[in-house]
Amino acid sequence: MKRFIGFIKKEFYHIFRDKRSLFILFGMPIAQILLFGFAITNEINNVQITILDHSKDATTEEIINKISASKYFTTNQMIAREADIETAFKKGKIKAALNFEKDFSRNLIREQKATIQIITDATDPNTANSITNYINAILQNYLQDKNKGIQIDYQIVPQTRMVYNPELKSVFMFVPGVMTIILMLVSAMMTSISITREKELGTMEILLVSPLKPFQVIIGKVVPYIFLSVINAAVIVLLSIFIFKMPVQGSLFLLGAESVLFIITSLALGILISTIAETQQAAMMISLMGLMLPVILLSGFIFPISSMPAPLQIISSIIPAKWFIIIIKGIMLKGVGMAFIWKETLILIGMTVLFIGLSVKKYKIRLE
Amino acid sequence: MGIRLSNISKSYKKVKAVQNISFNVQPGELFGLIGPDGAGKTTIFRILTTLLFPDEGSASVAGFDVVRDYKAIRKSVGYMPGRFSLYQDLTVEENLTFFATIFGTTIEENYDLIEDIYVQIEPFKDRRAGKLSGGMKQKLALSCALIHKPKVLFLDEPTTGVDPVSRKEFWEMLKRLQKKEITILVSTPYMDEAALCDRIALIQDGEILEIDAPEAIVKKFPKTIYNVGANNMYKLIQTLQNYEHLYSVFPFGEFVHYTDKRDSIETADLKLYLENEGLTDISIGVTQPNIEDVFMELAK
Repeated sequence: MKRFIGFIKKEFYHIFRDKRSLFILFGMPIAQILLFGFAITNEINNVQITILDHSKDATTEEIINKISASKYFTTNQMIAREADIETAFKKGKIKAALNFEKDFSRNLIREQKATIQIITDATDPNTANSITNYINAILQNYLQDKNKGIQIDYQIVPQTRMVYNPELKSVFMFVPGVMTIILMLVSAMMTSISITREKELGTMEILLVSPLKPFQVIIGKVVPYIFLSVINAAVIVLLSIFIFKMPVQGSLFLLGAESVLFIITSLALGILISTIAETQQAAMMISLMGLMLPVILLSGFIFPISSMPAPLQIISSIIPAKWFIIIIKGIMLKGVGMAFIWKETLILIGMTVLFIGLSVKKYKIRLE
Repeated sequence: MGIRLSNISKSYKKVKAVQNISFNVQPGELFGLIGPDGAGKTTIFRILTTLLFPDEGSASVAGFDVVRDYKAIRKSVGYMPGRFSLYQDLTVEENLTFFATIFGTTIEENYDLIEDIYVQIEPFKDRRAGKLSGGMKQKLALSCALIHKPKVLFLDEPTTGVDPVSRKEFWEMLKRLQKKEITILVSTPYMDEAALCDRIALIQDGEILEIDAPEAIVKKFPKTIYNVGANNMYKLIQTLQNYEHLYSVFPFGEFVHYTDKRDSIETADLKLYLENEGLTDISIGVTQPNIEDVFMELAK
């Protein structure tokens, strides 16, 4: 036991004396969560639109007022000619243009039909889509208000309710993802680098020729990172609660326990990587390419898994991060308990056991 | 006890690193493996420290088999690899404490063993190991390898890249350690260090050329060696190489070591030949053969 504690003490010296790893450990999580929380967002807010109003009557004015009054849009200018729309788009300031036809009000009353053209800048398709939907919704809303007194025989009134994230804050989506990435990065990359560093510097040779058993070396490497990752997870949760007002509906204890499980899964992956990689460079590349990219692209963090082609969906299932994101989204946003996430938890436990088993089998007690 | 190797062979893919090597090191002996880079010295060390499996043959260290009893060996040997392999970001004292701890001992417990060496680096005990000079690094590495009072000490090229004064001190330390009943296997590419060992094995291309005490090896040299000097070293060697009775010529410091095909020669004849070839300041004298001469002869 004394040997073991001595080993862990040495690991902490390494971590605290290496500025680079300290930065990755503590600087990155905070920077990432703030970046994703504040800067990187796909919400529609204060989108600038321009308006070409050929009729300039009471109805169009009402509609324009309604649109500008919403927090989603700012009508920044009126233009007079159709040719100016293109110029306005090219200047890049506006994301959409509205074109009211001539005699809008009269057409609406006499022919029960008036046309409005919505032109959006589709260089960013998602935003363009959202803008169109939002404007449509505002128009529908306007019509409903107008028709209140009139009896229509058939009518479908959709009543939508956004549950778990009623304000559609994208930070709610990013926090679980960022937490997953950071825990994965810190745990898997840092352990694999710290084990391969011993190989590279030749100190592994001395450790092998010592009474330390392989599992003592590995556990000794892992314990400091479990400790630091738990601190990291706590920092991220606190930041998201206090800065982004993210609710934790479920049990904090369960959230903590699941995070520890995922940390151990990632550490096991890190150990597995270090048994394959001979140099720190290689360990870093494998961690970045083999872990980070799939976590970002395939875990359902940014792109919904259900809209991926079947082969990618299968691949996404072998990524531990996917299951962890489902678990923490469930706990934080939906407030579910173990009864709803036991399947995902079991999958993570299974993966951890597999990784540890493989690492123990591949760990070399000699140099070849 | 001690070290025993019999018919050890080891290949890396197609390259044969060592072939059919056998030798014994007696308990308490200071045994040297002498040979150039790539001769297979490090491979022998790694087999004996249980880091590599031999392809063929068997070996034992302190009575334990290197394959079967590898755990027992790892407890009872000290190993100092050729490359400086301590933690550069840990201080001198932290390194030593760490190695003491993982071997289940403390610095105080075995301080008498490392005292001679450690006192020299103790003033720098709060300095990071990476910032030490080459000689001090070696002393620290030796202290770390000794801290658990090993029965057998393996030192792979401990003096490579170390200044001459530190090298001399290092060998004096080894001599003192030997008196404390530690068996020492040391390798070096420096022939002058060979004479300081009890016995040496000359090794080249994975094969042992000769094993004996350094004096005995030197005595086996069959020829008389002449120490020849002249004003122009390069021309001297060329001229001697063209001499009809030449057996061998090697540069040696500011002189060359010359041997002749004939059993006895008149130095005056040789001097005359060199003078006729235009060399001046010629000096010729008989000298004692050393390990390097033997090595060159055997490696021919």
